Amino acid sequence: MLAMNACKVRVGIIEATHGAKSGHPGGSLSSAEVLTYLYFKELNIDPKNPKMDTRDRFVLSKGHITPGLYSVLANRGFFPVEDLVKFRHIDSYLQGHPNMNMVPGVDMSTGSLGQGISTACGMALGLKKRGGPERVYALLGDGELQEGQVWEALMFGAHYKLDNLCVIVDNNNLQIDGAITDVMSPYPIKEKLEAFGYAVTEVDGHCFVELEKAFEIARGTKGKPSAILMKTTKGKGVSFMENKAAWHGKAPNDEEYKLAIQEFCEAQTALEEEK
Amino acid sequence: MSERKKIATRDSYGAALAELGHEHPEIVVLDADLASATKTGVFKKEFPDRHFNCGIAEANMMCVAAGLSTVGYVPFASTFAMFASGRAFEQVRNTIGYPHLNVKIGATHGGISVGEDGASHQCCEDFATMRSIPGMVVISPSDDVEARAAVKAAYEHKGPVYMRFGRSATPVINDTPDYKFELGKGIILRDGTDITIVATGLMVAEALDAADILAEQGISAQVINIHTIKPLDTDLIVSAAKKTGRIVTVEEHNIIGGLGEAVCSALSENYPVPVKRIGVNDEFGHSGPAADLLVQFGLCARNIADVAQAHLQSK
Repeated sequence: MLAMNACKVRVGIIEATHGAKSGHPGGSLSSAEVLTYLYFKELNIDPKNPKMDTRDRFVLSKGHITPGLYSVLANRGFFPVEDLVKFRHIDSYLQGHPNMNMVPGVDMSTGSLGQGISTACGMALGLKKRGGPERVYALLGDGELQEGQVWEALMFGAHYKLDNLCVIVDNNNLQIDGAITDVMSPYPIKEKLEAFGYAVTEVDGHCFVELEKAFEIARGTKGKPSAILMKTTKGKGVSFMENKAAWHGKAPNDEEYKLAIQEFCEAQTALEEEK
Repeated sequence: MSERKKIATRDSYGAALAELGHEHPEIVVLDADLASATKTGVFKKEFPDRHFNCGIAEANMMCVAAGLSTVGYVPFASTFAMFASGRAFEQVRNTIGYPHLNVKIGATHGGISVGEDGASHQCCEDFATMRSIPGMVVISPSDDVEARAAVKAAYEHKGPVYMRFGRSATPVINDTPDYKFELGKGIILRDGTDITIVATGLMVAEALDAADILAEQGISAQVINIHTIKPLDTDLIVSAAKKTGRIVTVEEHNIIGGLGEAVCSALSENYPVPVKRIGVNDEFGHSGPAADLLVQFGLCARNIADVAQAHLQSK
C-alpha cells in the first residue's frame, strides 16, 4: 500500500513539474518514500481539518521540493490531485515554494534554506510547553546542511531537549552544482548530528521497513531530539533522472514526461502483481 | 528642558513586557545573549519559563519565534537593531513577513546614540529594511510613555511588528493625562504655522527643543511625532504641508530609506512642498559618548532649528 502510494506521489511529482515547465523533480523523487510514510502513516493529521490544533507538524525545510510535498498532500486528500498540473501557474495557489496561507496542509512557508528547521524548533518548543503529544518533523536536504543556520537550530533543539522534534536529512549526495562532496562537504553527517546531541538512525530512505523502525526509535527517544539520516537516490524511480544533479531543478519535456509516466505504470503493475 | 526625567526606551520595553506578561500568558520572550542589554531580564525574572535564550544566533531566533507563533504563542524576539533588521533581515522577510506571522521584534540600540560601541553597532538602516517588507508595522517610540504604549499596541496588533528602542536615557515628554497611542497615527505635539518639524524616536524631544529656539526667533514651528513609520500617517503629513508649506524631518537613521523619504514620498504624491531631511547623511557612525555624537551628526535641537530657519529663508 505504501509503495503504491509512493508511486502515485511520484506520478504527481512528474505531473506537477511537467505542468509547470519548471520545479525540482530530483529531490522530490528522493524524498517520495519518506513523504509517503509521514503522511500516510506517521503524522497525526486530518485532511478535512488541516489546521487541527492537535495535529503533528511537518516543515519542509528543503522548501524547493514542493512537487513532492504537494503531491503527497493531494494524494492524501488535502486538495484535488488534478490541481497538481497547475503548479507554479500564475493564478495557482500552488506556489513554487510552500505558502502556509494558500495551500491546505502546509504548516510553514519555506523556501529559503536553513530557516525551516528553526521554525520546527519553535513549533516543537511551543508544543512541548503546551504539554500535548504533538510532534514536529522537519525534512532537510544534505546540501542544506551547508547553511550555518541549520547548526544554530540543531544546537537549539538539543539545548531545549526537544524530544518531540525529529530532523530528517535526505542524503541524496547531489546539489545544484554537483556532488555535495565537491561543492562543500557536510560529511560526516551522522557524527556531526550525534555530536550536536541527536539520537541518529541511519536508513535506506527508499525502504519502508527501515523508515518505520527509524520513526519508532524517534518517537521513543526521550530527553533529546532525534534525527533520521536517509541514504537516498536523487531522481529515484525515473531511470534517466537517477543520480543526475542536472535533474535538481529541471522539468521533464513532453517526451521525458511520457517516458517517466510509462516507468511508473510499469512499477504500479509490478506492485499489483506482488499483491 | 534639562529638568525632564530621563529613561531609556529599552528599559521601557522590558518593563512593559513584564507588565503585559501578567495579563497574557501566551506572551513569550526570546533573546540572543543580550537579555541584560535589551532589558528583557525583567520579564525573565518574572516569568523564567517563558523566556528563551537562543544564544548568539539571531537568524535562528527569528525563525524560532515564527514557529512559536504558529502554535498559539505571541513571541517578542529581542536583540540589537543591527542584528534584528540587518543580520536576520532575510529570516524576518521570508519566515515572519511573507507568512504574515504574529511575531513582535523588539530591537534595542537603534541609531547613532548607541555611542561608544561605534559603527558596527549603530544601526541607521533598520527603518529602510523593515519598511520594505510588505505588511510589517514599524514603530519608533519617542520616550518611556510611548514605548510602553507601543509594546501594548504591538501585542494587540495581529501581524508582524518591528519596534525600535534606544540605548540612551531619553527625556520623558509624553507624560500628559490625555496621551493616547494609536498605531499609524501621528501626534501634533506643538502647534505652529510657519514650518513643521516631523520627528521620530529620540529626535522628538530635540524637535520640541528646536521649536523653543525657533520661537525665540519669532518662528512658529509645529512639531509632529511620528511614532509609527509604517503605516505612515499620510493625512497628518499632508495637512501639515498644507498648513505650513515647509517641512523638516528628523530621525536617527540614514536619510536614505527612513522617515524622511517616507514623508517625501507621501508629499510628492499628494501635496508637494519643499522638505529638508535631517538624519545620518549616508555615512557610518563612530565611537563616542552618545550626546556628543548626536551633536556632531546634527541630530540636536540647535541644528534642527538652524536647518528649519534656513529652510524658511529659501521660501
